[in-house]
Amino acid sequence: MTAILEPHEAAPELAPSPADEPYAVLKHRRGTRWMHWINFPLLTIMMWSGLRIYWAEDIYAFGILDWEWFKFFPDWFNEKLGLERKLARGLAFHFSFAWLFAINGIAFGIYTLVTGEWRELVPDRRALKDSFGVLLHDLHLRKEAPAHRGRYNAAQRMTYSLIILLGGLALLTGFAIFKPTQLGFLTAMFGGYTMARRIHFAVTIIFMLFFVVHLLQVARAGGRNFLSMITGYEVVGGGADRG
Amino acid sequence: MAERRDLSRDQYRRRSRRSFLTGGAAVAAGFMGWRGVQGSPADRRIPGVLRDVHGINESIWSSLFREDHLAKEFAREDASILRINGRIGIDNEIDLDRWQVTVQGPDGEEWGTHTLADIRALPRHEMTIEHKCIEGWAQVTNWGGARFSDVIDLYADRIGDDITDVGMETPDRRYYVSMDMATMRHPQTLLAYDMLDQPLDDAHGAPLRLATPLKYGIKQLKRIGVIQFRREPGRDYWGDRGYDDYVGL
Ligand code: HEM
Repeated sequence: MTAILEPHEAAPELAPSPADEPYAVLKHRRGTRWMHWINFPLLTIMMWSGLRIYWAEDIYAFGILDWEWFKFFPDWFNEKLGLERKLARGLAFHFSFAWLFAINGIAFGIYTLVTGEWRELVPDRRALKDSFGVLLHDLHLRKEAPAHRGRYNAAQRMTYSLIILLGGLALLTGFAIFKPTQLGFLTAMFGGYTMARRIHFAVTIIFMLFFVVHLLQVARAGGRNFLSMITGYEVVGGGADRG
Repeated sequence: MAERRDLSRDQYRRRSRRSFLTGGAAVAAGFMGWRGVQGSPADRRIPGVLRDVHGINESIWSSLFREDHLAKEFAREDASILRINGRIGIDNEIDLDRWQVTVQGPDGEEWGTHTLADIRALPRHEMTIEHKCIEGWAQVTNWGGARFSDVIDLYADRIGDDITDVGMETPDRRYYVSMDMATMRHPQTLLAYDMLDQPLDDAHGAPLRLATPLKYGIKQLKRIGVIQFRREPGRDYWGDRGYDDYVGL
């Protein structure tokens, strides 16, 4: 704890970088950038078509008997996003784009392993503790952020690894409920059809929460961080916000 | 393929301009692709491209289909009376005592008719399986009936390799399905007359219906009036309304 609460050192005044010093350093490889941005519309389409499927039988609510105190999606939400009475189209989009989502996801997994990028993502033992520190920092409850050890801070490592695992889970539970007989081993692995379907839905809800959290995290990390996912390079020095 | 690890200010400027141009082009291409999918000429109520992918999915999964691979069976105690979801084709009165099923060949010629007693005379099989609805619910239930493969055997001398599909219709012809032959030969595809050992009631498809865990409920025709052995897929009620024709589980 003492380490975390150490008074924040004033950032040394950064001198303009001399001509031979790097202005920007590589942050995201080309493959990572492409697959990240391809995933964005694909995941959106999967969630949107998935919710059209869910609309046909929106069973996951909490309540007792007829008294429902929590329903996942209110009617205005379904109406605005055109989710109502679109089951056939929802299924058609879902089962077509599932392949693209799967191909992109598997390619990303292989790429991350082959390039060794996974080392930047997998959280280590300190990550849990540090990510709490990052959270406090992000919520303006703590002044200084725990050090980045590598490219991502601890909270990013945790969220990104989790979301990649969840992507795999969406894929596997998806196939488990797509072909529960032909892929019966997969369905059994998830505790049967109904359970696999519940997990599939729960993953979707977590994705939706992730979208929000991810946008907030990126906003907090600043514009240079955001640009680096497009250009690949992050501007360093010269007063860059490295928070 | 190694990318440069760091850049000078000028290099960075050039690179980010290039990235933004590529990115912009990619967004435009993606957007056009999306519009292309949405706007592709409709094939039975869904964009044609998506109908084609349903076809690709069908060829993948039907080629992996094995007639000896069984759907999971459950304990009899877990079975309950199936929820009723549709009455299309069975919402009019019929005289169950005079009911018969007509079997037709590919050109619509009559091959035979059967009473319920004829079907009951075939070996009875029972299964406790999970019935799945395409709308998103599933329920364990128990069916008793004759294997469809035993009906196929009755007409074995007339059913050659050219027969690839089976069409079924309700007596009023208002509900109809098209089934692939592989699924119809599967041991868990029954012409069911019992649910939980009780004769089917009207809403569940009395006197005889199709029951199979290998397809969603939309394919499991109630109150069968006509069975046609076909050389190509026939019309399919929900397939014609935008759903996948195969819906194999
Ligand atoms: C990011 C990925 C995905 C998301 C966000 C997603 C989301 C959803 C949602 C919200 C539902 C409705 C759940 C319900 O009604 O209980 C659903 C259903 C379904 N999904 Fe996915 N899904 C994804 C990937 C996949 C994949 C890769 C497959 C594999 C083919 C798949 C197959 C299915 C199937 C078979 C259903 C049920 C259809 C039905 O019973 O009518 N999903 N999905």
